[in-house]
Amino acid sequence: MKILATYNIKGGVGKTSTAVNLAYLAARDGYRVLLWDLDPQAAASFLFRVRPRVKGGGKALIRGTRPVDDAIKGTDFERLDLLPADFTYRNLDLMLDSAKKPARRLASLLAPLRAEYDVVILDCPPSISLLSESVLHAADLLLVPLIPTTLSVRTLDQLTEFLGGFAGHKPQVLAFFSMIDRRKRLHQQIARDLPAARPEFAATIIPALSVIERMSVERAPVAAFAPRTQAALRYRELWREARERARLADPPAVP
Amino acid sequence: MAEASPDPVPPISGASQPPVPQLPSGSGFRLAGADRRATLRRIWLDTFDWRLYRAGLTLEQVSRAGAAELRLTGRDGVLITAEPLPAGGGRALPKWPLQIAGLPAGPLAEQLAGVIGVRALLPVVRATSVLHEQRALNGDDKTVARVTADQMSVTFPAAARLPCRLAVRPVRGYQAQADRLAAQLGALPGVSTDGPAPLETALAAAGRRAGDYSGRIDVDLEAGMPAQAAMAVVLTALLDTLEANVPGTIADTDTEFLHDLRVAVRRTRSALKLGGQALPAGTRAQFAPQFKWLGDLTTLTRDLDVYLLGLPGMTAGLVGAAPADLDPFGEHLRRSRASARRNLLRGLRSARFAGLRQDWRQALTAAAERPRRKPPVQALAAASIAAAHQRVLAGGAAITADSPPERLHDLRKRCKELRYALEIFASLNAPDAQWRAVKELKGLQDCLGEYQDTEVQRAELRTFAAQMMAQQSAPAQTLLAMGEVAAGLAHRERAARAEFDSQFRQFARPSGQARIQALTEQAGQASR
Repeated sequence: MKILATYNIKGGVGKTSTAVNLAYLAARDGYRVLLWDLDPQAAASFLFRVRPRVKGGGKALIRGTRPVDDAIKGTDFERLDLLPADFTYRNLDLMLDSAKKPARRLASLLAPLRAEYDVVILDCPPSISLLSESVLHAADLLLVPLIPTTLSVRTLDQLTEFLGGFAGHKPQVLAFFSMIDRRKRLHQQIARDLPAARPEFAATIIPALSVIERMSVERAPVAAFAPRTQAALRYRELWREARERARLADPPAVP
Repeated sequence: MAEASPDPVPPISGASQPPVPQLPSGSGFRLAGADRRATLRRIWLDTFDWRLYRAGLTLEQVSRAGAAELRLTGRDGVLITAEPLPAGGGRALPKWPLQIAGLPAGPLAEQLAGVIGVRALLPVVRATSVLHEQRALNGDDKTVARVTADQMSVTFPAAARLPCRLAVRPVRGYQAQADRLAAQLGALPGVSTDGPAPLETALAAAGRRAGDYSGRIDVDLEAGMPAQAAMAVVLTALLDTLEANVPGTIADTDTEFLHDLRVAVRRTRSALKLGGQALPAGTRAQFAPQFKWLGDLTTLTRDLDVYLLGLPGMTAGLVGAAPADLDPFGEHLRRSRASARRNLLRGLRSARFAGLRQDWRQALTAAAERPRRKPPVQALAAASIAAAHQRVLAGGAAITADSPPERLHDLRKRCKELRYALEIFASLNAPDAQWRAVKELKGLQDCLGEYQDTEVQRAELRTFAAQMMAQQSAPAQTLLAMGEVAAGLAHRERAARAEFDSQFRQFARPSGQARIQALTEQAGQASR
């Protein structure tokens, strides 16, 4: 089981769109996939039409009084399950703080699901917190969407530096430019130059496209409702890069 | 995962057009999404005597475009093991019937081996299913279940079209909503929610039922029934069993067809001997020699079957010789069996055998249609069991340490007669008393069986060795290995002989005798 996480300290950079589309594409490839919507705003749960509620709330999950697999819901798509968001997730930091080894807690909660899933994708809320640290420790690959600005790139550097301080397991980083506005010269320039110079950058960029915004109307991944669009093509390319970077074994044969 | 975790909602069966019925508005659910279709070719497999069914298991070969697998499920439909089959279309699929060695090695074959033993797996039903799947959405337009309509056509053992069968597969986390949906679908006209398993439905449509064959004497004799009618019922059931095993014996599907055929013949002979006086005059005299001929016809092939089935055990028991040393012996046995089978097949395809079956059935039909009113079956049962029991007691008591093996072999035959008498009239006896009587007899039978089998096999081993020497097909190391096998048989023979006294004492103790007497008195009283 490989754990992928979409992470950025900033909000509105395309984390959830990426998590939802990559989860869908992984399941379509034949992987057994779990997407955990860790964001109390519950955008991923909304997109999959799953009610954002976990019995006992985040506290029951973090404390282990309710098994994680009890809260899992199937989506409309074969092999793709969702662990929904809950409004109590806004306090996950406090809950983690009172748990033993909080930075390792997410990894230990996911460990029992190892036989059931090939891929787990964590859709993180925008923050730097104990929750983020626990996500960084659990993940094998961090997918970091960035808006092509100098400040955004600085936050990536900070993240890389922070990970450099980890002892033992460190996630790989796959940064990619998201929400590229083709009308902005600066966007075009940064998106062209940086990936060539820095190995942690993906070759794929995700443009700002209205079809991606339509996901909230269709309540489905763009790769599902508009598979022939430019957006779907880009997510497929990004998934291919993520799959290679995470060294994911071939999926089981689809029955 | 959405596929594996939820409890399956019971399938729903019933006629419905279109395949997936429409739910009434206000139900809280609607069926939507593209109607996914698939065509499955299905073969259900079991042994001739339904060993999988009796063990609560169902084995199915399912093939669809480009993929095929064997699926072993429990009676509740829950998958136990699946074994993918090689792709490549129909030509690459297994050619049934197959014994365990013909299945792909793996967990499935391992699980089946313990249940089916030496029997072959045969197709019991062949069918084609056209599946239509749709998603069931709740009020949030969220998929909560997948509804599959299965339109199945049976092609074997008889052509039949089944009512459409609906199955509701819950999406993980939506079991309660799927249950409500299933209840609503089940409430629609022409649809019921308690459909039997597909195998049983398909069999029923083709005019069969699971478990419709067993090697046991499966008759239900009524108290007060005339003995002649009862014997006709028993002997007709034995003739049915005999005839049911002829095709499998001729095709050499597995060794147990011939075994069951021989048991039916032996039981027939015993029934004629014990109860033949209840049949019309001359019946026993006419048919007893015919069934002796039939029994003798089958003996040599069965003896060689027993040898070949025991060969792996013999090989494993070698201490001095190497397992491969017995290969020429195995080859000799296989050649001898092929020759014996040619003779057996001539007999089974002969006019004499066809005439025997026809004449015997006519005689039994006539006996059943015009039975003499007396004696009642209970009197015959009491007399038969008592006489057979007395013969076992007398034969066993006469055996001393110096008795020749033939005396013990004779006693084994008397024990079989008593066993058959108990089995033939089993439906007249209290089940508990019957079970105890058979259990006590079985210990003695096992001991005598081991003694005779090892003694006969050891003698035959000498014959085989002489034949192989004459044919110059016996290398020295093979003869030495056969000597080692003979020594092992002699050891088992002595052990069985030494055990006989205690086994017979156990059988003949007063409490056992009282049990048999109680059975016969019970039957005798009922006849008065």
